[in-house]
Amino acid sequence: MSDAVLGAAAIARAPAIRAKVGRDDRLMLVFTLVIGLYLVVSLALPILFMLWKSTEVRAFAYSAVEMQVDTGQGPTSVGTLADVAGKLGLLSDVDQARRANSLTAAQLFPKRAFDGAPLKSVRMRFSGGSADGRLDLSGKPVEAGQWAEVPAQDLRRLVLRAGTQRSLANYAAYFSNPALTQSIANSLAVSLITTAIVVLLAFGFAYGLSRTMMPLKGLFRTIAMVPILVPSLLAGISLVYLFGNQGLLKDLMFGARIYGAGGIVAGCVFFTFPHAFLIISTALAVSDARLYEAARVLRTTPRRTFFTVTLPGARYGLISAAFVVFTLTITEFGVPKVVGGDFNMLAVDIYKQVVGQQNFAMGAVVSVILLIPAVVAFFVDRTVTARQVALLTARAVPYAPQPNRPLDWAAFAFCSVVAGLLLLVVGVSQFAALVKFWPYDLSLSFQHYAFEGVDGGGWGSYFNSLQLALYTAIIGTLVVLVGGYIVEKGRGFVAARTGLHFLAMLPMAIPGLVLGLSYIFFFNDRSNPFNFLYGTMAILVVSTITHFYTVSHLTALTALKAMDREFEAVAASLKQPVTRMFTRVTLPVCLPTGLDIAAYYFVNALTTVSAVVFLYAPTTTLAAVAALNMDDAGQIQPAAAMCMLIFYTNLAARGVHAVLTRVLASTQAWRAR
Amino acid sequence: MRIGMISRLGGLAAVVFSLLASSALANDLTVYTALEADLLPIYKKSFEDRYPGVNIRWVRDSTGIITAKLLAEKDNPQADAVLGTAATSLQLLDNEGMLEHYAPKGLDKIDPRFVSRDTPPTWVGANAWAAALCVNTVEMKKRNLAIPQTWADLARPEYKGLIVMPNPASSGTGFLDVSSWLQMMGDEKGWAYMEALHQNIATYTHSGSKPCTLAASGEYPIGISFEFRAARVMSQGAPVVVVVPSEGVGWDVEASAIVKGTPNEDDARKLIDWAVSDDAMKIYAKYYAILGNAAFEEPIPNLPTDIKAKLSKNDFEWAAAHRADILDAWQKRFGAKSEAKN
Repeated sequence: MSDAVLGAAAIARAPAIRAKVGRDDRLMLVFTLVIGLYLVVSLALPILFMLWKSTEVRAFAYSAVEMQVDTGQGPTSVGTLADVAGKLGLLSDVDQARRANSLTAAQLFPKRAFDGAPLKSVRMRFSGGSADGRLDLSGKPVEAGQWAEVPAQDLRRLVLRAGTQRSLANYAAYFSNPALTQSIANSLAVSLITTAIVVLLAFGFAYGLSRTMMPLKGLFRTIAMVPILVPSLLAGISLVYLFGNQGLLKDLMFGARIYGAGGIVAGCVFFTFPHAFLIISTALAVSDARLYEAARVLRTTPRRTFFTVTLPGARYGLISAAFVVFTLTITEFGVPKVVGGDFNMLAVDIYKQVVGQQNFAMGAVVSVILLIPAVVAFFVDRTVTARQVALLTARAVPYAPQPNRPLDWAAFAFCSVVAGLLLLVVGVSQFAALVKFWPYDLSLSFQHYAFEGVDGGGWGSYFNSLQLALYTAIIGTLVVLVGGYIVEKGRGFVAARTGLHFLAMLPMAIPGLVLGLSYIFFFNDRSNPFNFLYGTMAILVVSTITHFYTVSHLTALTALKAMDREFEAVAASLKQPVTRMFTRVTLPVCLPTGLDIAAYYFVNALTTVSAVVFLYAPTTTLAAVAALNMDDAGQIQPAAAMCMLIFYTNLAARGVHAVLTRVLASTQAWRAR
Repeated sequence: MRIGMISRLGGLAAVVFSLLASSALANDLTVYTALEADLLPIYKKSFEDRYPGVNIRWVRDSTGIITAKLLAEKDNPQADAVLGTAATSLQLLDNEGMLEHYAPKGLDKIDPRFVSRDTPPTWVGANAWAAALCVNTVEMKKRNLAIPQTWADLARPEYKGLIVMPNPASSGTGFLDVSSWLQMMGDEKGWAYMEALHQNIATYTHSGSKPCTLAASGEYPIGISFEFRAARVMSQGAPVVVVVPSEGVGWDVEASAIVKGTPNEDDARKLIDWAVSDDAMKIYAKYYAILGNAAFEEPIPNLPTDIKAKLSKNDFEWAAAHRADILDAWQKRFGAKSEAKN
């Protein structure tokens, strides 16, 4: 009996058997922490900081300022500023600070008189904490509790500075301004219409390519990708040249204007098309021929087959495409900026608040509003696609389309029209960039490519953009591959790896402008140890890598998932360090994927405006931003020229990518049996 | 053709080389400016020829944005100096105590209307720009419309949807239009005029140049802009005439100042010296009709010669003091123009 008790106690005391933490695991942990820290600093903290800042309100502490005026009878107290605010025509403490952060005595007494009597001098005393603001005399702070006096002719030397409060007043101000809230309805409407159109078009296009025997499929597939290679604002510029008041096709508008919702929808359809097409064609590519066989045997009409087999099979692709297009459109900024006219959208509001009015707090509020639909779309999409079950089981027979003349030619006609429109948009910008003076002198010239005497920084911006694209492609790919490897192949630290995966998925839901604005708050804060990054090329690289992280991460995961876990097991049993495994096996296997990710980063770094438009400095101006600024100043032809320069660079990059992939294919002989 | 290609390649190489070379050799001077981008390389060259060893780094944007940026950075100024920005805006910065007092060499030659009231002054103007209309003759003929000659003409119904003007909140040109209407017509009539004009405005642009470039391409045939841009688009071959409305036009001084607390004050002083120097005046004279030193004024091709006579009375202090109120009122009335006109 006592033995038994002793035995149980001995067992309880014996140490639990735990896997020994080896060098590899520690290394993996270090990498997990490094990548995790990167994502926390470049994503989570800035966004949280911005949320915090959106509740910061500037206000004057009227009641903390006592005032005395001298109208000839010596200093006479008039109480605090709160007592005389109405009399002096001041707005409420918050409204006044919204107008300007400081208030001079000259503004209090513009006529240098009090109650009609001419002033000799004014004295003020400030008794508040640092959060209440400050009183300055001739540019130097006056100690709290000390009187500061200025003669009447020097009233503007006495300056009261606003303090900060924490409240939801910014949000209240937002919702009480119908000009701003109108943008919510505008953005939703434009996004829904765009989504409906794009999903229909992309489905038709993808259907033609994967389910018919029409000719020139490869060509169509290439043309469908063209919009990815240009900044989205090119679509806006081309629309102006096509359908503007001097447009080539303006007669087709029957007097309607391109500036407004119609133009925005048309431009967004152009640049979101390839995204929807890619997703839907992937969905259509995997389907089980046995289902169609069964349908045929049962003599189902083609129409019924379409609605009961084809559409349900592609439904997750369609849903996913719809959410992606919706998110891209509602967060889009280039197209509405160029062609939106007076039709306001949320993303443009952020830009106007931050750049136009330097009202960062209101910019943060609009950002939070814009985050809501983007985040909701993201989570709904995740939940829906998580329910997807594999259509292509081991026993499935891949579907191969059969010749069907009417269908093939109908599909060919449809795809030709869509591809023709895509090329038309790019072609018109190229034409406009090459003519001397639109629309009066259409002779050709390269003068707009000189970028002399235009805004935006010209060729210097182009070379900066190339630099950014290269850095982003190289560094981004490495970070993403290592991050993906940890998430997919790591052992242990489940919580850390899940957290990492979550962080890697988040950028998808964060609009570029919002990320950029959060960087201003976070990195421009002087107490931030990373403050030195502000205004450098490095911060542009970081923001671009983070902005496009999710798609790269998913691509890396897909490639890594295809690698059997047994490789790791074998390597471990052969006592090979994880680093050797990674460099000798994982990296070579993932090289083609790495190349894809690098190309993705390169192209996006050249075309993105939203993630960098708040962050560039005089020495780091960028090509796509330059195009935006040129358009702003009315230099639209040079703006088109810059967009086309980006297009050709990206085309060349895709060419290099294709060649490298082919070269790599020779090293991937092991893939074939 | 081939020579053109070669020289272009040469130009490209020069750009690359100068990018590599300019980084380390000279002291950088960060200069905020609202001057037209076309002129910046010319100014930079003239200044750097005279003061080798100082390298200007421009931050260029519209007047409203440069002003807002400077105000936003008040506690942590990034600019060393401001060049060629509306005097109304610099007066605003001066009211906030952000400008350094400095009397540049040659100050005595400058028209006192172009200098701030302090001694030594906080800002000094080099030249002035004035509102003007750019009107596309081809498009007006197509529509069988007369060229408008006055501000009052612009409010006539036949010009509905044909006029573009800059947003006064972001553009200095837009603000001087609004401020001059209010000063010329008085508060009540001024706002009434803007209400009437608003009915004809197709869109409010961000920059003051854009209305004129839009008029040049005929996108919108009438642009309320300024005389410099009008002369420029005409020289580029645009079918445009410049109209200086007969009631008088708003104007402002392109003024320069040193930002208080800059670590590069010596170099910033050199910039202000240069800005009012004879060398600089000779450059301004090619583009601007009205100079701080009237001795250098010359007629500008494509510009009416009587523009100086048509300048309205402009009180910078009044304009600076009322800027916030005017912009507030303007935004409330016209800024929320979310429904597309027509």
